[in-house]
Amino acid sequence: MSRIEYRFAQRRAENRKTLVTYITGGDPAPDATVPLMHALVTAGADVIEVGMPFSDPMADGPVIQLACDRALAKGTGIAGVLEMIRDFRRDDQDTPVVLMGYLNPIEQTGYAAFAREAAAAGVDGVLTVDLPPEESNELVTALSEHALDPIWLVAPTTSNERIRAICDQARGFVYYVSLKGVTGAATLDIDSVSSHVESIRATTQLPVGVGFGVRDGADAGRLGQVSDAVVVGSAIVSRIAENVDDRSAMLAAVSEVTRDLRHGLDSPDLEKAL
Amino acid sequence: MSNVIQAINAPVDYAHFPDLTGHFGPYGGRFVPELLIAPLEELSAAYERYRNDPVFQSELLADLQYYVGRPTPLYYAQRWSERVGGARIYLKREDLDHTGAHKINNTMGQALLATRMGKKRIVAETGAGQHGVATAAVCARLGLECIVYMGAEDVRRQSVNVYRMRLMGATVVPVNSGTRTLKDALNEAFRDWAANVDDTFYIIGTVAGPHPYPELVRDFQSIIGRETREQCLNEHGRLPDALVACVGGGSNAIGMFHPFLEDEDVAIYGVEAGGDGVETGRHAAPLSAGRPGVLHGNRTYLMENEDGQIMPTHSLSAGLDYPGVGPEHAWLKDIGRVQYVAVNDDAALAAFHDLSRTEGIIAALETAHAMAYAEILAAQMRPDQTIVINCSGRGDKDINTVAEVEGMEL
Repeated sequence: MSRIEYRFAQRRAENRKTLVTYITGGDPAPDATVPLMHALVTAGADVIEVGMPFSDPMADGPVIQLACDRALAKGTGIAGVLEMIRDFRRDDQDTPVVLMGYLNPIEQTGYAAFAREAAAAGVDGVLTVDLPPEESNELVTALSEHALDPIWLVAPTTSNERIRAICDQARGFVYYVSLKGVTGAATLDIDSVSSHVESIRATTQLPVGVGFGVRDGADAGRLGQVSDAVVVGSAIVSRIAENVDDRSAMLAAVSEVTRDLRHGLDSPDLEKAL
Repeated sequence: MSNVIQAINAPVDYAHFPDLTGHFGPYGGRFVPELLIAPLEELSAAYERYRNDPVFQSELLADLQYYVGRPTPLYYAQRWSERVGGARIYLKREDLDHTGAHKINNTMGQALLATRMGKKRIVAETGAGQHGVATAAVCARLGLECIVYMGAEDVRRQSVNVYRMRLMGATVVPVNSGTRTLKDALNEAFRDWAANVDDTFYIIGTVAGPHPYPELVRDFQSIIGRETREQCLNEHGRLPDALVACVGGGSNAIGMFHPFLEDEDVAIYGVEAGGDGVETGRHAAPLSAGRPGVLHGNRTYLMENEDGQIMPTHSLSAGLDYPGVGPEHAWLKDIGRVQYVAVNDDAALAAFHDLSRTEGIIAALETAHAMAYAEILAAQMRPDQTIVINCSGRGDKDINTVAEVEGMEL
């Protein structure tokens, strides 16, 4: 059982939802990432996604694009991100870590070398946002050889036929993009999310995480009612952006929003949600 | 792949590329976030339906004739040819297209497709502004809402084109992310499309992007090469010896080249922007000095650093200032059918003046790169041989840039 599967199984056994949090590796500086990861875990995150910075993140909104820019300005690439995860693993062997990023930097590293080094650093899963399953054989093979879970996105526009093809390749969990747009975009339609999550569940036993557009604990609570996990990125990265010059304020702000998300997931305020 | 083809020496059936999944050999494809897969499939299906639909085609043809001004002349640049010495040089006058460049051949086709698909809102990216202007024009013509994303740096450099777009009713959105140029405008247009897929059509301006755009744009631009071929056969009784076109994303070049790919006796040259010189790193010549990677939905040659981050580009001509290139060009380079070369800023500027003075034609700085290489090529050829250059755009938009470089104030 992979670390990701184990974590989801644990939460399910506790009758709780899984909280997946995203930060961009190296944002705002290389030495910020490991303390932020530990702070996320302490504040209640179950799985950590670490973004591999890319110069042209076309699936991301302004918040995460600026995070990429800050990270790249301080020289963080894939090698740097893997170094951070190696550091994180010295003190935390339990929290699953998923790398999220774009294909080109992975391709330039080389699929086999990337998979080998990521596994050695303690990574558990890889989500490549601009790689569709049709083009993914070589990378998925490399990931599988190193027991890394390929994580796939399903969108509101994805046909049922494609959901089946995607779920066939997916491991760990399936990530449902809860709205049309880019990361950090507008408002959520809970009924629409619910019916899409049901279509995915009809196809796979894997847990379904829902992300894009989750701002706070109240949003998380509502989405948690219709899914297995909630993924939060821009809301956390915004707190980093607001505190780039004050490391302790940054950790405090990230911890605060994460505690709110955790609380919202564990004790959803259904009155407020309705 | 190229070795295999050469080894068996089998003719390449260029008409059958891309394959059904959008690949030109190892290049092309559809590398986009999952959200965009369905709209791209919808676009592919619509294009398959209308590409051979006689009503659609005749409507497009009528617009190309009466609105765009086709066919464009194939003009013998006699004084310039004599000055250069060597081959006779002809210009395919795409600078005479409505709005001043070849871009409108494509925007006309895509906008008609958008109306067939029931999309009322158009988004586009633009660099120098030519594609933006060509998109704004056809949207005004067809009554479509038009939003053009343009890097903030380009908005500043190309204020006249920004005003032209606004005059025709388009909304121009300055993009402040990244390098604030063409590639960032593309990112932003993709984001808009992702957020508004239900009612929005994305008109990409070049032969890059995810499948089916490289094929779609090529097909709409191929009218350039088809007309040229016919004009050469009718007026000279034979095909030209060489074709030359500038390559940024590569839409004017592929439009000229594609109908000639099977004519093995026609030598074909694509000219990239060498900027300050390919050896300086300050250029926009991914085919000459880049390597394969994935950007903006397709696999192609890119300017990137060793970490796979996209590099800033440099060219005097904003329209060539792009770190990638259409995937079909990447493939044509690898199989050796087209030779890709780079021309520096100063050589392009010299050719810009040569053509202005000898022919009274002020060509775009993009086009001037092709002119500069044609001068080198013509000098090595015989007077009974012919070169056709795709004169892809007019240079009015560039006179401020040229004046600035030469220390003049207008």
